[in-house]
Amino acid sequence: MTQSGYASERETTEGRVFTVTGGDWDTVTGSVDPLSNEKIVVNMGPQHPSTHGVLRLVLELEGETVQEVRPVVGYLHTGIEKNLEYRNWTQGTTFVTRADYLAPLFNEAGYCLAVEKLLGITDQITERANTIRVLFMELNRISSHLVWLATTGMELGAISMMLYGFREREYILDIFEETTGLRMNHAYFRPGGVAQDIPDSAIKKIRDFLVYLPKKLKEYEDMLSGQVIWQQRTQGVAILDVTGCIALGVTGPVLRASGLAWDQRKTMPYCGYEEYEFDVPTATTADVWGRYQVRLAEIRESLKIVEQALDKLRPGPIFVADKKIAWPAQLAVGLDGMGNSLEHVAKIMGQSMESLIHHFKLVTEGFRVPAGQVYVSIEHPRGELGVHAVSDGGTHPYRVHMRDPSFVNLQAIPAMAEGALLADVIAGGASLDPVMGGCDR
Amino acid sequence: MTIEPNETSTGGVPVSADPVGADFDAPAQVPSSPRKGMFGITGTGDVSGFGGLVRRHAEVVGTPKPYGGYFDEVTDALEEAYPGFADAIEKVVVDRDELTLHIKPERIAEVAQIMRDDESLRFELCSSVSGVDYLNSDARRLHVTYHLASMTYRRRVRLEVAVPAGGSVPSVTSIYPTADWQERETYDMFGVIFTGHPNLTRVLMPDDWEGHPQRKDYPLGGVPVEYKGAEIPPPDQRRVYQ
Repeated sequence: MTQSGYASERETTEGRVFTVTGGDWDTVTGSVDPLSNEKIVVNMGPQHPSTHGVLRLVLELEGETVQEVRPVVGYLHTGIEKNLEYRNWTQGTTFVTRADYLAPLFNEAGYCLAVEKLLGITDQITERANTIRVLFMELNRISSHLVWLATTGMELGAISMMLYGFREREYILDIFEETTGLRMNHAYFRPGGVAQDIPDSAIKKIRDFLVYLPKKLKEYEDMLSGQVIWQQRTQGVAILDVTGCIALGVTGPVLRASGLAWDQRKTMPYCGYEEYEFDVPTATTADVWGRYQVRLAEIRESLKIVEQALDKLRPGPIFVADKKIAWPAQLAVGLDGMGNSLEHVAKIMGQSMESLIHHFKLVTEGFRVPAGQVYVSIEHPRGELGVHAVSDGGTHPYRVHMRDPSFVNLQAIPAMAEGALLADVIAGGASLDPVMGGCDR
Repeated sequence: MTIEPNETSTGGVPVSADPVGADFDAPAQVPSSPRKGMFGITGTGDVSGFGGLVRRHAEVVGTPKPYGGYFDEVTDALEEAYPGFADAIEKVVVDRDELTLHIKPERIAEVAQIMRDDESLRFELCSSVSGVDYLNSDARRLHVTYHLASMTYRRRVRLEVAVPAGGSVPSVTSIYPTADWQERETYDMFGVIFTGHPNLTRVLMPDDWEGHPQRKDYPLGGVPVEYKGAEIPPPDQRRVYQ
């Protein structure tokens, strides 16, 4: 067995086998003298069922008490922001949607709103496109919160909640699939509008879902809220007050559970949210229990918005009128997924040469965006999602940065967990609802 | 592109011989400039005549007063509360309904302190800290942008500082603790050094990574892919409109 700086290797009958050990890990554990010091260093993650993906927590424990937590992120860094710079503006939406995979439509919305602001076409977005966006974002918020309920339930011992939460989320993913052709990573919102219209069958499904979910939600609330174990695992655990939240930049349900009704759908509306009637649920306990209450109430508020959006939905165009930007709006869901609609293919290939030229130019070159920079922020299920987009006047984004709430919120883990018990690290971390795809981008 | 194992590496783990786009200013591979030509290729292959096109860098010019909206109130309040305003603020830009204050790098922490604490400013939340690399603009190519939000007045403002590669900016972590990881990310991706940061290490890339990936002279990387007999080059070497 030979040793190098990176990995030890040995020859086996199957070939050479490398054993990779974690960098400075031996020096960290070796520096603690087990005789004079009862401090234990525990490496939780990156592969751990309760870390929501690949989050690694380095914990220093004294008995059951956490002395120090050091969150380590970056295991899921995929260079989405860098990759965007090598694709055109429309293609960008297919990248950002993969960041926070539980809230793909929010990533798309933030990105598209930023591009539209750069183009100066924010007020040209048609009413139907805006309504569809709101409708889908709220459905996505519900599905994201359902996954939170599911995973947090699992982590605190309510395994059945995990199955129920994922089951109900599946209804929403069906609706998404019906419209966009995909369950996740939709690339449905495009700069200028949405990729295609909602079919009537999806609208019917949404209406059914509006009847279905409230009953189920009541069931789950009854199941969890009265549960003594659930109460003891959540009440008074991982407290972070308003001051702590704002100092650490924590937004979303965690901030609202500490009592501040900061919701950008109300305070800095976008996509026409000012026209919807809904409340911003808050709690004052600032603990995991409060965050649970806020998220449950938010699902109900989102259902209210979905219903209003369905009623508001009037026939009309789903893309801006400018044909230089409105690509690719001629899409349809076929047997093999989403693609150009047959009518569109027939037109460009058989009837109009100008259409073919136009299609070719738009698809290969894309549109140019005037130079400048914008920052757009929207209310993501986990807090503020900010998109800082910079254009140099070309067909590609010059720089896009996503201020993802998971990344910023995770900084609060030490503040919530240090001095508490090890089990509360799980509850506290889960209450932040981190999604590592968004955190590491 | 295949990575040849380094001679000094005995572990069998491939280590590329040359650090790519490393800390120093001369990168190992300079991608073709997006400001020249039209299709992203140089030398042979471009017979369109567009290869000679040079796109100029758009100069950012200051906006004259009045700025409109709440922007005047913000700048006036800052001017009143901060004696060094004239010296610290390089220019004020209003574009697309957004206010940007370009600030001398060494003054950013002072300005942030006043932006947070002054009663008529009250930018309590530092939403985002990130960087932009304006390669080939001027010597101060790395910009750090701070997006502040005032929850009291429901306002947003952007602070921007520019430093040369390897330059340093005072950290705002003592004012906005949330900037901790975000400054680490900016250091990680752009190599801007934040002086006074409690723990300025890489956050997304591995600790032993060389180079700062979001810099414009850092190549995207990738391998050619074969598809139905044709070889598709990696994204940064494709012939594309620019």
